[in-house]
Amino acid sequence: MSSTVLPPYEGTRVTEEPPENYITAGHTVKSWLLTGDHKRIALLYLFSTAFFFFLGSIAAGLVRIELTRPNGVMLESETYNKMFTAHGVTMIFFFLIPAIPAIFGNFLLPIMIGARDLAFPRLNLFSWYLYMTSGVMLLIVLCLGGVDSGWTFYTPYSSMYSNSQVTLTILAAFIAGFSSISTAVNFIATVHKMRAPGMTWFRLPLFVWSHYATSVIIVLGTPVVAITLFLVVLERTFKLGIFSPELGGDPVLFQHLFWFYSHPAVYIMILPAFGVISELFAAFSRRKIFGYHFIAFSSLAIAALGFLVWGHHMFVSSQSMYQGVVFSLLSFLVAVPSAIKVFNWTATMYKGQVHMRTPFLFALGFIGLFTVGGLTGLFLSSMGTDMHLTNTYFVVAHFHYVMVGGTILGFLGALHYWWPKMFGVMYNEFWGRMSALLVFVGFNVTFLPQFVVGYMGMPRRYHYYYFAPEFQVYNILSTAGASVLAVGFALPVFYLTSSIRKGVKAGANPWGAHGLEWEIPSPPPTANFDRIPIVTDDVYDYESDARRPNIEMIESRTPEQLASTKETH
Amino acid sequence: MFNFSMSPPQASNFAKFHDTLFYVLLILTVIFSVIVGAAVIYFASKYRAGRVVDRSHPPHESKVLEITWSVIPTILGLIVFVFSTMLFVDMRTPPKNASEIFVMGKQWMWHIQHANGIRENNTLTIPVNKPVKLTMISQDVIHAFYVPAFRVQYHVVPGRYTQMWFTPTEKGTYPIFCNVYCGTQHSEMGGYVRVLDQKEWNEWARSGGETSQRMTLEQMGARTWARLGCGNGNCHGTSNTERGPSLYGIYGTKRKLKGGGTAIADVEYLRESILQPYNKITEGYDNTMSAYEGQLSEEEIMSLIAYIRSLGTSSQPTTEAAKGQSGGGEMKPSTPNLAAGALGADQYNRPGPDSGNLAAGAMGTKGN
Ligand code: HEM
Ligand SMILES: [Cu+2]
Repeated sequence: MSSTVLPPYEGTRVTEEPPENYITAGHTVKSWLLTGDHKRIALLYLFSTAFFFFLGSIAAGLVRIELTRPNGVMLESETYNKMFTAHGVTMIFFFLIPAIPAIFGNFLLPIMIGARDLAFPRLNLFSWYLYMTSGVMLLIVLCLGGVDSGWTFYTPYSSMYSNSQVTLTILAAFIAGFSSISTAVNFIATVHKMRAPGMTWFRLPLFVWSHYATSVIIVLGTPVVAITLFLVVLERTFKLGIFSPELGGDPVLFQHLFWFYSHPAVYIMILPAFGVISELFAAFSRRKIFGYHFIAFSSLAIAALGFLVWGHHMFVSSQSMYQGVVFSLLSFLVAVPSAIKVFNWTATMYKGQVHMRTPFLFALGFIGLFTVGGLTGLFLSSMGTDMHLTNTYFVVAHFHYVMVGGTILGFLGALHYWWPKMFGVMYNEFWGRMSALLVFVGFNVTFLPQFVVGYMGMPRRYHYYYFAPEFQVYNILSTAGASVLAVGFALPVFYLTSSIRKGVKAGANPWGAHGLEWEIPSPPPTANFDRIPIVTDDVYDYESDARRPNIEMIESRTPEQLASTKETH
Repeated sequence: MFNFSMSPPQASNFAKFHDTLFYVLLILTVIFSVIVGAAVIYFASKYRAGRVVDRSHPPHESKVLEITWSVIPTILGLIVFVFSTMLFVDMRTPPKNASEIFVMGKQWMWHIQHANGIRENNTLTIPVNKPVKLTMISQDVIHAFYVPAFRVQYHVVPGRYTQMWFTPTEKGTYPIFCNVYCGTQHSEMGGYVRVLDQKEWNEWARSGGETSQRMTLEQMGARTWARLGCGNGNCHGTSNTERGPSLYGIYGTKRKLKGGGTAIADVEYLRESILQPYNKITEGYDNTMSAYEGQLSEEEIMSLIAYIRSLGTSSQPTTEAAKGQSGGGEMKPSTPNLAAGALGADQYNRPGPDSGNLAAGAMGTKGN
């Protein structure tokens, strides 16, 4: 029944500290910068993506302040345009795409399948260096005055007209793309080749499935956008006519190539979060995830169908009407697998033992926000309504619901769920819940008004709107919400860092969760497993094992732990 | 302090259908979100850890459930898809009787050229309840012509014509926005559509709007045609010659191409044949015509096409007539910022920020 060569619970709750874990294994800077340990690389990514998230947030804050008045507050239009571009580029290429796979995928994927590391540890380290190279290039871009083309780099504006740092930004995105590709190749090889004995495909946690699907999309899609962006650079620097009609090119071709990648890219951003949410629902409902096979296959369906809907970004771009009809139909269909997931997650709670802990609060927030985000996607897949809504704030609200409400809440859920595993300590539960609450409330106050103002016709990427002052009230609301959201995002920085110094020891399995990562010490030793485990039980096998303790039981074993993480209800 | 509204005015033939679809989708969104939200809250409280409830035989997978909750949303989605596609097809199919207006976008203003010769900047003056078809092109980057009150927009692309149409149904003044990011002053590349009743519009048209020298597009085209000598030297006469095919009555016909294949002589074909004649050569001819790419302004190209379209029809202006009209002199560019005068009304004199931009100028007192 039980899973590994290690004895069950009593044994998994390792009481004595292992002599050395992956953090204490080396103290020199060199031991970090030249590490091949997937867990250390995950931490490198944690700090670097957090930095870029911070950078992107500052840009967002400036944009929001600027929009509180129809005539702007302090920026020139040119600076404003550079701000929203900096926000979009940083958040998408430097946070949303890499964050969950490169931090949590890196840390957990080998452990979850019972491996000692990824298939190619050096490639893994190399991918971080690529990421940092492109990140430094982005910083250079900002120092040289920034870039104003929007994260979508539409031609011929980007290739012929913009006189900002388009070339360097594109090269940065190009290199960041190769960083993703290296990670993805690594994951695919690892999942195929390094599963522990007994870890069959259908015993893989859904977190692994969704990272697998993500990796396939990355490997198939990223080269396309990399080449496309590179063509923009060629046109910009060598006047090679590809997209500019002045040089005999076709500007709309760029959009096809760009969205051919960038629609799948939205799934690159959301699928890993789906994986996280599946883990959270199983762990905090103490249930085998409902509809395991349907969730796993819906990830693959999304990965496949996701490549066939790019034209829904182009209904009014002069693409043929008949093409539009096909893209619209397929977009309606691609929403179904996402809906299936939401229903299955919800059903997982049925007859479960639901523990309302911080990570699960983020998961529940995810369900609410992602549902709204997905459904509003239908307004935009429906051509008659997209004719009015496209490129307005309605679209902005839609993608923030899926990317912040989806990906970032998934990220925060993962951070709070696996934090005890990564650092071996518990954070303050009260402040964790506060953060979840503030993020949820602040988010809705920020982005619900944007649906309304978008429906009223406010175009995105607008600095001024003095010709339509009726937009102002919604923009003020949105900025107010953003300040609450900022507090919600900032809180974890404080209680998480303080937990490293003052937090109580977490033990191997503070949540009483099922899965190989919970059967090794926290923080794990460098080699993860003393002996490669032999897996004999099913995935999410919570119910068949009556001895599995719940969270309260685990906590009751250590009184000091109970005292500081006590339920507050 | 704030004027409070939640939706744009419904001022075109599409607005009602669009809004119905929008609200149907909104209701579906609310229903599904409430179902999911309620289920989450209900389960979370009922099955809260430690509560004593019946947890026997928890299900793990149910084909029936999975099929139900896949099929119902799919069907609802497909119903919305059908209606919304009907609306879209309607939006993309201009009626035959729509009056044509030429729109040119450039960083950061809109030029409007009416068929009757009136030109406007950043303002589009049209009669109510008459279908209007815009033929649009950009002189630089991609823009989009967007009128929220009409619920339509379409990209304005360099190097190719795009079209959109609508019938304004309410008198009034409605903002135009550029809705594809086009550079520094993107947010100020705006203007207004003025919808007048027919009588007012006729008066406005008679007074010539603000255009000092009126020429219809065809007349302008005739002038350009004469200047370039398209009809000289036996190139394009009233009948096919050895040097070139006649363009009389060519518009809308099927052309046989050298090397096989055919093409319909629509605006896009005519444009290409002027700028890059070597791309599609009429059967029986060689590549002898010079390419005019880079030598003509978008307005000249459009006017040439308008002239070619009129060839062989009764409305065809003659070159002489065109010359007569313009007094033989050089054509002056129309007054810039004519919209400022056209709008007049104070309510649009909203103070612009520091930039001396065209849109603000056109709309307010600041410009010129
Ligand atoms: C549930 C199914 C979804 C559907 C049916 C859907 C549909 C759409 C459509 C039709 C558009 C184009 C809107 C326009 O430009 O007029 C759009 C835009 C967008 N969507 Fe979604 N979407 C879905 C889920 C997602 C997810 C999961 C993400 C990301 C995590 C996402 C991110 C975006 C982004 C970033 C844009 C805007 C891109 C831009 O123009 O900058 N969407 N969506
Ligand atoms: Cu998309």
